[in-house]
Amino acid sequence: MLNKLSFSGRITFFQKIRSLDYWLLVCILLLGLISSFSMYSSEGGQILYYTESHIIRFTVFFSLMLAISFVRPKFWHATGYLFFVIVMGLLFYVSLFGITASGSQRWINLYFINLQPSELMKIAIIICFAKYYHRLQINNINRFQNLLIPIVILILPIVLVLSQPDLGTSILIALSGLAVIWLSGVNIKYFIYSLLIFIVSAPFVITFLEPYQKLRILAFFNPERDPLGSGYQIIQSKIAVGSGGLYGKGFLKGTQSYLEFLPEKHTDFIFTLFSEEHGFIGSLALLLIYVIMIYRIILIGSICRTFFSKLFCYGFGSAIFIYIVVNMSMVLGMVPIVGSPLPIMSYGGSSMLATMTGLGIVMGCRIYNKELIV
Amino acid sequence: MISSGDTSIRKSKIISRRIFIISIAKVVVFTGIIGRLFSLQVNENKKYLRLSDKNRLREWKLPPVRGEFFDYFGNTVAGNMEVYRLHVVPEQVENFNNLMVRLKNILDLSDKEYSKIVNKKNKQKPWETIIISENLSWEQFSKLNLYLHELDGAKPVLSVSRYYPYKENFTHVLGYLSRASVSDLEENESIKKNYVPGLKVGKSGLEKTFEKDLIGTNGVQRYEVNAYGKRINQLDHTVGKKGKNITLTVDAEVQKFANDILIGKSGSISVMDIYTGEIVALHSSPSFDPNLFLHGISINDWKLIRENPLKPLLNKTVSGLYSPGSTIKPIVALSALENDVISPNMKVKCTGKIELYDHTYHCWKEKGHGYMNLRNAIKQSCDTYFYEVSRRLGVDRLNVTAKKFGLGSQVLNGIFENEKKGLVPSTKWKKNNLGRGWVLGETLLTGIGQGYIQTTPLQLCLMTAQLANGGFKIHPRIILDKSYEDYETIKKKMSQNIVEREDVQMGLIPTSDGLINSSENKYSILFRNQENVKFVLEAMFGSTNELFGTSYKSRIEDKKYQFAGKTGTAQVKRITEKARELDLKTEQIPYEERDHALYIAYGPYKNPRYAASIIIEHGGSGSKAAAPIATKLFKLVIDRHEIREKIKQKEIQTI
Repeated sequence: MLNKLSFSGRITFFQKIRSLDYWLLVCILLLGLISSFSMYSSEGGQILYYTESHIIRFTVFFSLMLAISFVRPKFWHATGYLFFVIVMGLLFYVSLFGITASGSQRWINLYFINLQPSELMKIAIIICFAKYYHRLQINNINRFQNLLIPIVILILPIVLVLSQPDLGTSILIALSGLAVIWLSGVNIKYFIYSLLIFIVSAPFVITFLEPYQKLRILAFFNPERDPLGSGYQIIQSKIAVGSGGLYGKGFLKGTQSYLEFLPEKHTDFIFTLFSEEHGFIGSLALLLIYVIMIYRIILIGSICRTFFSKLFCYGFGSAIFIYIVVNMSMVLGMVPIVGSPLPIMSYGGSSMLATMTGLGIVMGCRIYNKELIV
Repeated sequence: MISSGDTSIRKSKIISRRIFIISIAKVVVFTGIIGRLFSLQVNENKKYLRLSDKNRLREWKLPPVRGEFFDYFGNTVAGNMEVYRLHVVPEQVENFNNLMVRLKNILDLSDKEYSKIVNKKNKQKPWETIIISENLSWEQFSKLNLYLHELDGAKPVLSVSRYYPYKENFTHVLGYLSRASVSDLEENESIKKNYVPGLKVGKSGLEKTFEKDLIGTNGVQRYEVNAYGKRINQLDHTVGKKGKNITLTVDAEVQKFANDILIGKSGSISVMDIYTGEIVALHSSPSFDPNLFLHGISINDWKLIRENPLKPLLNKTVSGLYSPGSTIKPIVALSALENDVISPNMKVKCTGKIELYDHTYHCWKEKGHGYMNLRNAIKQSCDTYFYEVSRRLGVDRLNVTAKKFGLGSQVLNGIFENEKKGLVPSTKWKKNNLGRGWVLGETLLTGIGQGYIQTTPLQLCLMTAQLANGGFKIHPRIILDKSYEDYETIKKKMSQNIVEREDVQMGLIPTSDGLINSSENKYSILFRNQENVKFVLEAMFGSTNELFGTSYKSRIEDKKYQFAGKTGTAQVKRITEKARELDLKTEQIPYEERDHALYIAYGPYKNPRYAASIIIEHGGSGSKAAAPIATKLFKLVIDRHEIREKIKQKEIQTI
């Protein structure tokens, strides 16, 4: 179906509109709708600050995504490194002059939004790697120097984000970067070696973690160790999800969130709230929307002719998957609590901006899938 | 184009393979997440639902409403009074300190109370209620209402509290309430079940004994609370059940009289219906006001009660042990007659003392009574005569009779936790408990109610009652039981018992028509020959109503009120020869060494209905200190009797 659209040369605006991926658009709009209702529920059934601001952001960034859709992948290819450098600059700026909130220096005050550059880095790293590997000859990929450069490129932002400190986002950046490196065709043995090295060095890494991060890891392995302290979030989140049952407690009837037992319910734990109110069935439906979304992104990647677009789509699709998995397994008590938002669902402007930018680029790849990058 | 076509195709191939591998990984991971969701939401749903309910639901138990006590006539003797409490919820107050300063002025709180409240406020959550005052006086309440519009956040709340309208009159019967202690909770299951902070429970008396019936059950309010424990909304409200009301056989009027007449003295008065066993009055003096304990007794008040040498905390009527003194003589006489040891005509010459094995035993009358027969010996309470009687009778036979008539065992079967059994000695008892053989001299002392013998005032009252009803066992009670047999039935059954016994004695076989039913032996016969009982009763009449009788001065000549009794003067200390020579008046002896004054009586003489025992600790002689009280007591009791009967009639009609 997608292949029918193929023809070379310039395409009209109407054709561009037609070649937008409507499955993807519907998924995004559905997520926007669901997230707005969840936000409404998180405020106890009232449209207060979070709901209003979430809806506004979603509208603004959705429009932004549509606009970005009409930007040729060629542009992203051309500005790929620049984009990365700018975001790196912002990260430096944050580490010097950023706004501090709850013990972490992450934000730049842009007056209409508190920008979190680490979120943008999630996209920038994918574009940067896509460009890097686009140019690379297949034979050179496994050369030492070509292995070292991406590692350095990846480690720089991670170090900056970790120092904020923000373990969650740095893990997400690392994982999405590694996903792109993997997709580019780097030999599997290097991944295995790295994994081994990581396991061996993990105990040393842990000594560098902040005390609160160590507590969270301990709390993950045994939440009952400190049920009112670091284990509280995991316990309450599990209670909320578990008590939702098959059909959920009903919209606006989630007692765990309504009675404020649930922490961070608009941001990282929005899935818990949703799952408590809509149960197993609702959670499956939400998961299905994400699955369709990821499937469409990868499908778009598969029809792209340029390696850059392909790698970006596959990379971004995998990144979205990683975000979802990290967030969900965290709120379900399967991995330790690290700050990581659920794409589109969670409240947070920068995260939404990054996701929408990524989706916009994917949409662009769809529209201009026949174009080649010279 | 920088990359050659070949590279491009190979790169595409690799990337397709790699994304395929990732996709498989995605399916696996998503399956894992779905599995986790399934296990939490479907498999373990019940567990987490329970945990979530535990999170959000809190139950608040409301204090149970306690059952009340009424006297025989339905007067409330322990009721529930509505009291106004002052509550403040700090969260709803704009400026807590300002409010407190104002309240301090209005309610006249002491600095100590004030700082206590402020401390409490700092310790608890802002939405938790602080009780500023448990019991606002009317003055405080009206003053508060005047300023209430300025006192934002202060709420006068209507609450229920125990109230004893008769104050100290019923203290020893009812006991008192105070905050439940840890041991109360451990010992009493029903307190544990119904406990709420600040719950008042019975600490002594019937309030304690009947705690289980009185306490009632909690009301329960279920609230939904948020993560901080704040109540969000009330889900349901179960109304608790009020505890059982209890009606006493006691007459508040007589009780009040007993209290008033004993004021300033240490002693006890008990009055009993000689047929139904209903206790009309049961008072121990001095008493104290149980209302003091309700809202926490002050240290000073408690000190006054605890350190009072007259021991207000002791329920002397059931827990005080006294030598019966001469009040035992009717039983000694009866025992001797029943055992055919003496005849009423036996004569003994009283010279004021007798000698036995180098010991001198004195009669209270130093000059001696001269020649005495049994009737005169009872009437004038001649000790010498009773030395002789008891010498002939022996302590073991006396023991049997005394026990039959209620001495040496609990009268009310443990209704009062501290009720004492007293002691009626026997040769066996002494051997087992003191390891020594009985000495004849001890028999003589027992015969005049001194020595080892110990009785409670209520036992003496029961003894008198069982003599006065003609020698039948009765069943004393203080809790009114409407189903219990009335006077006529009891009297009929008593006479039936005699008929039955005579039939058996004459060798007649009891008929099977149920007229003579051996299981109906409720009012068993305590005598062998009723004439002996009648003789003793008549002698007691003489003691009160004839010249030279020991309580002659206290007699009432009006037949309606005429009573018969026996005085007693119990020595607390062995009288030394020196003291005997000095012959001091009561007032000249130190208080603790003065004799106890006792008096037992029944009335009206013609057709007796009530028995009484009066004891004044260290009051001196029975005839001077105790008997005069009986004069007033019987007048009142017999007057009240008519009203009492009327109430009974009315009840029978309404049923």
